[in-house]
Amino acid sequence: MEEINALFHGFSVVLTPFNLLLMMIGIVLGVIIGVLPGLGGANGIAILLPLTFTMPPTSAIIMLSCIYWGALFGGAITSVLFNIPGEPWSVATTFDGYPMAQQGRAGEALTGAFTSSFVGALVAVVMITFLAPLVARFALQFGPPEFFSVYFLTFCSFVGMGKGSPFKTLAAMMLGFALAAVGMDTMTGRLRLNFGWTELMRGFDFLIAVIGLFGIGEILLSMEEGLSFSGKSAKINMKVVIETWKKLPQYWLTSVRSCLIGCWMGITPGGATPASFMSYGVAKRMSKDGEKFGTGQLEGVVAPETAAHAAGTSALLPMLSLGIPGSPTAAVLLGGLLIWGLQPGPLLFVEQKDFVWGLIASMYLGNIAGLIIVLTCVPLFAAILRVPFSIIAPIIIVICAIGAYTVHNAMLDIWFMLLFGVIGYVFKKLDYPMAPMVLALVLGDRAEENFRNAIKGSEGDLMVFFSNGLVGSIMALGLVLLFWPLISGMIARLRGAH
Amino acid sequence: MEEKQDPPGAGRPAVTTRTMEIVVALLFLSLGGVVAFDSYRLGARWAEEGPQSGYFPFYIGLIICVSSIVTLLQALFGKAAGSNKNIFVERGQLRQMLSVLVPAAFYVLGIQLIGIYVASAVYIAVFMVWLGRYSRFKSVALGLAASVSFFVMFEIWFKVPLPKGMFNPLGFLGY
Repeated sequence: MEEINALFHGFSVVLTPFNLLLMMIGIVLGVIIGVLPGLGGANGIAILLPLTFTMPPTSAIIMLSCIYWGALFGGAITSVLFNIPGEPWSVATTFDGYPMAQQGRAGEALTGAFTSSFVGALVAVVMITFLAPLVARFALQFGPPEFFSVYFLTFCSFVGMGKGSPFKTLAAMMLGFALAAVGMDTMTGRLRLNFGWTELMRGFDFLIAVIGLFGIGEILLSMEEGLSFSGKSAKINMKVVIETWKKLPQYWLTSVRSCLIGCWMGITPGGATPASFMSYGVAKRMSKDGEKFGTGQLEGVVAPETAAHAAGTSALLPMLSLGIPGSPTAAVLLGGLLIWGLQPGPLLFVEQKDFVWGLIASMYLGNIAGLIIVLTCVPLFAAILRVPFSIIAPIIIVICAIGAYTVHNAMLDIWFMLLFGVIGYVFKKLDYPMAPMVLALVLGDRAEENFRNAIKGSEGDLMVFFSNGLVGSIMALGLVLLFWPLISGMIARLRGAH
Repeated sequence: MEEKQDPPGAGRPAVTTRTMEIVVALLFLSLGGVVAFDSYRLGARWAEEGPQSGYFPFYIGLIICVSSIVTLLQALFGKAAGSNKNIFVERGQLRQMLSVLVPAAFYVLGIQLIGIYVASAVYIAVFMVWLGRYSRFKSVALGLAASVSFFVMFEIWFKVPLPKGMFNPLGFLGY
C-alpha cells in the first residue's frame, strides 16, 4: 500500500512541535471565525493568508486548513445556541439544533453535531487519501484540451446543479471570468480591459473579492436584519457526551447516506451548503421519525452536519489532484499554493510529496484535535457571540480592510473590497450565486490559457474538445449539465403530457 | 445602489425587488457590452500565433449580455413582473444598512488620508458611540486598544507595514 506509506511519511512531517502548535492556533482561530458573523472560512483564510507568506508552505497550509476545519465546527455552535447560522452550511443545522437547545438539550445537540462533523470529515479524508493520488496519476496525462474540459465541467455543474435562475448563475460566473481577464494577458503580455488605468494592470485579486463579498456583504446583511443575539447557554460535560455517543450509532444509515451526499457534492463543486440541505431533506424523507423533524430530532442535526463536513473536506480532493477547487474556501487555499510558489495540479503529488502528504496527515490530526477542542471549549466560544454587534462589526470591518490591503499593499484594493461588499449584499438579496463568481475569478486565467493552447494546437478547430473519448465525454457531460435546467424542464413537460 | 437617505418609516419599501432586478440586469448588460467592445478593440480574432488577447473575453462579454437580457426580460414580463409586492429592502432596513456602509466608506477614505491606525481607532469609537450607544470613554478606550494591538501585531511582530496615509500623523513613531 503505497498510500499508507506516504501517509505515514506525512505524519512524520506534521508531528513537529511547531506544526502542532500552528494546528492548535489554526483550529481555535477557525472556530472563532466560524462563530463570528461576517467572518467565515473563505474570507478568514483570505485575510490571514498574507501573514503566512514567510512560513514554509507545509506549515502554512496546515494552519490555514485547520482554520477551515475550525470554521466548519464553529458554524454549528451558533446554529444550535443562537439560531443564527455562523456559516451558510450550518443553516440546516438550525432546523433541529435550535429546538433542541430550547428544550435544554443544547449539550446533546452540540455533541451530536460535532461528532457527526468529525465522522463526515474523517470519511472524506480517507477517501482523499486513496482517491486523490489515483486521480492525480490519471490527470498527469492531461493536455490543454482535457484540462479545459474539466474546467468546463466544473463551471457547467454550477449551472446544472444550482437552485436559482441559470441565467443569474451564468452572469455571475462570467463576471468572475471578466474580472479575471482584467490586467496583463498572461500569454501575449498585452494589457486588457484596464482602460488606460495603470493601477488596474494588477487585475482584480480574488482574495479581495472574497473578503468583500463574504465579509463586508455579510456585515451589511446582518446589520439590515438588526441582529440581536439572544442565545441559550450550553453545558457540555463528559456525561452528556457519552450519553449522546450511545445514541448516535442508531443513526448509522443516515450517517452513511449523508457522507455519500457530502463527498459527492464536495468533489463536484456543489459545496457544503447544498450538501447539508440535501442531506437534511433526504434524511427527513427516509427517516421513520421524518414528520418529527424540525422539533428537535438528533437525527436532524446529524444529517446536515455530516454532509457539510464531508463536502467541505472533499472539496480539497479536486484542488489537490487537479488544481480545481471545489469550494470558495478551497479556492483561497489554492491561491495560497500559488503565492507560496507551488504549482497546483497533478504534478503536486510527484514533486511536492512532503507538502501533499503533510496536508493530508494534518487533516486526520486536525479533525481529531478540533473535536476535542470544540467539545471542551464550547462555553468559551459561545461567550464571543455575547459581545454586542456594535463592537464586533467595526472591528471585523477593520480586520477586513487590513486583510485586503496586505494582499498587494495597495490602497485601491480596500476600495474594491468595499465595492465587492455592496455587490455581495445585492447578489445575496437577488439570488445571484457568489461561489461560481469566485471560482471563475480564481480559475479564469488558467481556463483561458488551456483553452487558447488547445485551439492553438488544433489551429482554431473547436472539435479538438471532442477529439478523443476522454475529453469528448467530459465535454458532453458538461454540456448536459449546462443545459440541464432546459432538459429537466422538457422532461417534466413530457411527463405532464401523459 | 440607491444611496438616498429616507425619512423614518419601517415596513415601507424603499426599493422593490423588481426594480432592483432590472437595475442589476442593466448594469450587467452594460458591463458585458464594455467587456465585449474592449476585447473586440484589442482583437478578438485569430492572429498568426494563435487567438488574440481579446478572443476569450469577447465571448465572456457576449455571454454576460445574453444572460442579462434574459434576466431583464424575466423581470419585465415574467410571472412576478406585475406585482410590486416583493420588497428588496424596507426603508428602515436600508437606513440600518447605510448606517454601516456610509461610515465604512468614510473609514476607507480616512485610511487613505490619515492612515489605518488613526482611522481605525476613530472608526471603532464612533461606531460604538453612534450605533451601540456606549459611553464615550469606553468607546475611545476600546478604539485605541484595538489600534494599538493591530500596530504591535503588524508593524512590530509580523513586520507587515500597513497604510500610514497621505498625512501620516504617526510619522513621529518612525515606522
